[in-house]
Amino acid sequence: MQLSGSGIKCVRGGREVFAGLDFAAASGEALAVVGRNGSGKTSLLRLIAGLLVPAGGTIALSGGDAELSLAEQCHYLGHRDALKPALSVAENLAFWADFLGGERFDGAKSLATVGLDHAAHLPAAFLSAGQRRRLSLARLLTIRRPVWLLDEPTTALDAAGLDMFCGLMREHLGRGGMIIAATHIPLGIESRELRIGGAV
Amino acid sequence: MTALSALVRRDVRIALRVGGGALIGVLFFLTVVVLMPFAVGPDLALLSRLGPAILWLGALLASLLTLDRLFMADHEDGSLDLITMSRTPLELACAAKALAHWLAAGLPLIVATPVLGLLLNLDMVATGAVALTLLAGTPALTFTGMIGAALAVTLHRGGLLMAVLVLPLSIPVLIFGVAASQAAIIGPMSFGAPFSILCALSLVSLVIGPFAAAASLRHGLD
Amino acid sequence: MTLIDLANPSRFLALTARVLPWLAGATVILLAIGLYQSAFAPDDYQQGATVKIMFIHVPNAWLSMFVWGVMSVASLGTLVWRHPLADVAAKAAAPIGAAFTFLALLTGSLWGRPMWGTYWEWDARLTSVLILFLMYLGLMALWRAVEDPSRAARAAAVLTLVGAINLPIIKFSVDWWNTLHQPASVMRMGGSTLDKSFLIPLLVMAIAFTLLFVTLHLAAMRNEILRRRVRSLQMMQASRIAFSSEMGAGSREENASKEAGAA
Repeated sequence: MQLSGSGIKCVRGGREVFAGLDFAAASGEALAVVGRNGSGKTSLLRLIAGLLVPAGGTIALSGGDAELSLAEQCHYLGHRDALKPALSVAENLAFWADFLGGERFDGAKSLATVGLDHAAHLPAAFLSAGQRRRLSLARLLTIRRPVWLLDEPTTALDAAGLDMFCGLMREHLGRGGMIIAATHIPLGIESRELRIGGAV
Repeated sequence: MTALSALVRRDVRIALRVGGGALIGVLFFLTVVVLMPFAVGPDLALLSRLGPAILWLGALLASLLTLDRLFMADHEDGSLDLITMSRTPLELACAAKALAHWLAAGLPLIVATPVLGLLLNLDMVATGAVALTLLAGTPALTFTGMIGAALAVTLHRGGLLMAVLVLPLSIPVLIFGVAASQAAIIGPMSFGAPFSILCALSLVSLVIGPFAAAASLRHGLD
Repeated sequence: MTLIDLANPSRFLALTARVLPWLAGATVILLAIGLYQSAFAPDDYQQGATVKIMFIHVPNAWLSMFVWGVMSVASLGTLVWRHPLADVAAKAAAPIGAAFTFLALLTGSLWGRPMWGTYWEWDARLTSVLILFLMYLGLMALWRAVEDPSRAARAAAVLTLVGAINLPIIKFSVDWWNTLHQPASVMRMGGSTLDKSFLIPLLVMAIAFTLLFVTLHLAAMRNEILRRRVRSLQMMQASRIAFSSEMGAGSREENASKEAGAA
């Protein structure tokens, strides 16, 4: 599997964020997107996820499921956690598992992996920022997608959470998945750097 | 199908839990209807003549005001991104969300109608007619209102702007809803003709609403 | 919630656990006496047997206002004295008050049916009660809208006090609005020339219903305190992170949480 983009141009609100961007990532590879604030790290992830339309250039995934679009084979972990405070932890996870569809794994086991099994029946409103992030990670484990798009995935995670998260990313890469992560701190795993917007 | 029913179940559940807005819509409906006699006077004969119109206006405002947050909440917490990316077509997801909204906020209005009919001195037949026209017409209100809710997300403005956008679109529903109830109560027109048109309006909006909302959400993403 | 905050509610729980059975017993006895007397009160020469609705209607109408008074005092407690039980009292009273108000409306409209020929007449008295009912529902919606009870408490307290000031104004304007449109009320309820054979059962019923309110209110306050304890236990539980390495502790925690949920 190979995810590649060529000559991508991104315009937002009339301002050109970046242009002529090329990148490529293969199965089992992690790409760390780095750059100063406002250089378009989040925009690049959203372009790949199909949430923004590129002003030029193409992004394509070769060797994936031919019947599915690129966005449908991606997991997107944004700044916002896509959680409903009124629903319990388990309900939140079960909803996304049902809604996203595809190959599905045991939700209870994913919650145990991210360290939230003791809180499964509690409303998500009671969770701290770090716990909310862990719950979002459980979504990535319950439904399998080859491409993970992670936007500052390590925010709010404590040291133990970071360890757990690095383990999950390695496991994902080991299965032949790929990771594109926008980050301003080291990702914690072996990764290739994609610098956008010039030097810091 | 699992995806859509999961979405409907989630939205209904959220609406009914603490902090959900489903029952506030009914309370708003009740309050608007109770306010009317203070404006037009407590004359029961007059109230029973105006009754269907008052009930329809109340239901229209109640269902529009609760629609405001239909997509906004999902947009704010990032759920809308995942819904857009998913394997479920966005049109169907929009339709599922509107259906959930109608179940949680529209149906209670119809259940409350008999009680409010009592306050407005409507007899059994009249109350039944109004409830029936609301049952046929409120889906149209929800599914056209959904377009406004989607635009509100795109424009980052909610509330009054949405009402201004959507209220003109709901005029036909109001006309035929009230006409059908009046026809059932006093005649001389037949109930069937306006009621069929009302049903037709609902069916048309069932088709147009999700497509327009999905299109506006897609173009408004950023 | 710290232990000091819990100290007072704990004493309250212990105290009410002893008092509640006696209160409930007294309520049942008084209600039985009141109902017996009401059933055997003579028929009114004008209204016939329908006058007996009065024995239910009037206590409910009295309580509908009394409960708002109780909530206003509790709201002062929240805003001024910051008593830890004040917002519990205010929150627990609202649904009970709404229920009494609803019963007053229901019995009023049933009583009105033979008098007016319709179930509802925009009579000044009934209309005021209807508005009171709407305000109760609005207050309950406010309590429900905010997930954190201590944050909802202040907003609800302000609304309750504003309501307490506004209710007489609303009552006055409704009276004015009503006399503007219809010269005289169709029905006069009892008036001051109430016969002794009506007055005594009515008083007994009024006391019985007040006791009923006190009983229900204390029970509801206990529930609310326990509900908040469950909530804070859950929050404490949520803040603990159990890792896979500590799986042994996980099962015990799950049992504890189930007990908390059952409570």
